[in-house]
Amino acid sequence: MSNFLIDAQGVSVKADGRLIIDQVDLTVSEGEIVTLIGPNGAGKTTLIKSVLGLRKLSHGSVNIRPQTVIGYMPQSLSVDPNLPLTVRRFIGLAGKMERGRRSSVLDEVGVLPIVDSSIHDISGGEMQRVLLARALLRDPDLLVLDEPAQAVDVNGQAELYQLISAIRAERGCGVLMVSHDLHLVMSATDKVLCLNNHLCCVGHPEVVSKDPNYVALFGPQVADSLALYHHHHDHEHAVDGHIVADHEGHSHG
Amino acid sequence: MDEFILYALLAGLGVTFIAGPLGSFILWRRMAFFGDTLAHTSLLGVALGLMLGIADLTIGVIVICVGAAAFLVLLQHRTRLGNDALLGILSHGTLAVGLVAVSFMDNVQLDLIGFLFGDILAVTLTDLAWIYGTTAISILVLLKIWQPLLSITIHEDLARAEGVKVTETNLLFMILIALVVAAAMKVVGILLIAALLIVPASAARHYAKTPEQMAAIAVVVGSISVIGGLGLSLGYDTPAGPSIVVIALVLFLMSALVPSVSRQS
Repeated sequence: MSNFLIDAQGVSVKADGRLIIDQVDLTVSEGEIVTLIGPNGAGKTTLIKSVLGLRKLSHGSVNIRPQTVIGYMPQSLSVDPNLPLTVRRFIGLAGKMERGRRSSVLDEVGVLPIVDSSIHDISGGEMQRVLLARALLRDPDLLVLDEPAQAVDVNGQAELYQLISAIRAERGCGVLMVSHDLHLVMSATDKVLCLNNHLCCVGHPEVVSKDPNYVALFGPQVADSLALYHHHHDHEHAVDGHIVADHEGHSHG
Repeated sequence: MDEFILYALLAGLGVTFIAGPLGSFILWRRMAFFGDTLAHTSLLGVALGLMLGIADLTIGVIVICVGAAAFLVLLQHRTRLGNDALLGILSHGTLAVGLVAVSFMDNVQLDLIGFLFGDILAVTLTDLAWIYGTTAISILVLLKIWQPLLSITIHEDLARAEGVKVTETNLLFMILIALVVAAAMKVVGILLIAALLIVPASAARHYAKTPEQMAAIAVVVGSISVIGGLGLSLGYDTPAGPSIVVIALVLFLMSALVPSVSRQS
């Protein structure tokens, strides 16, 4: 593919002499959803930050296609309680946008009801949506989402990944996101990079979930629970969340 | 009204115009200690000015404060020492060095107490020109960097990813603090400059719903403190600088007692 939004080759990052990212290749194309998974300390956030130019590389290169507008959603945001700030004002800092378009984005992400709340009073899940809205309001060609579903309950997580999927479908933007939960992102992702300082395995989510490297990294229980999850829930919901007939899901497991 | 009281009033009000908004940012960015460190460093600026025989001591103070601000930014990037510890060492270290340096200047008549606690009633027209000059420049710069500075204050990486010039904006912000420290030295003195930045902004937090409201209310609180403090000083012969801070403190305590409106909305 030639229409890469991100083309990172041989990226290595050191901190305190320790190699946190070791020779990682990463590409994201237009309209592609790429998910980084891996255990804590695997360097997922560091990799994202180096792609964004927020971290210095010790080796390798990151090429972002010129004129690419990036919407970044950081892992967490804690505003000093002394800073009075409404959700509306926070979102407005992303830049100017025509009003009708702005409210349609806010509606899409579901933050319209809380725009006049103080940013200190909203829940963790609402905060994630607010951050997503801010990233979207830049009209990005590329969304970079660092654990978008954290602090969101399980139902909300599935909903959020569906939303990200829908955003991609509608806008055709590339998405690079971090998740620690393969089974939740499976339906909403085209490519999975399993990271544990180095790249363990790369590929389609179904393939990665059966990759011996993946199983070794997460342990057989996690890998099994993936199958279990399918078996257990597929009579109610398919992986993409739609209600399906009883037996259909077994083909996935 | 006596001329010196008028000058004192104008000097105090001039400083609060910039101390309010800048103090708010210092509060939001948890940089109270940083302001304190720069303020303490300014005594070194006084010593330097005297040593070099610069007629106007404000120049020495500005030079040293801007230098110290730049140095601190560099140091924060390079050391792993916690910010608190670093600033604590520098804050009191530079004050001590400044005091020692000034003690060597026994050939000059130096009003040390005036520097430490301010001498607002001795403000001259030249001082006023300095105060209003630096305040005007600072306000213009602050207006220009307001949005990016707010973005950085909320989340530095997010701001950087969105294309905000983080390093430049931070450096300008440091320089602004250095300028306001130099201007405020005459008003409340080296030891209480940080209070003039922090206390009115803290009192304003209670009533504000937006960052801009907080900055504006901080200016109002600061102005009331200046007027009240000068009144206290004239009426009861108390030292003017500390009196201003005492009034600000009272206003802060009052704000803490008023039932909160803003925090719920």
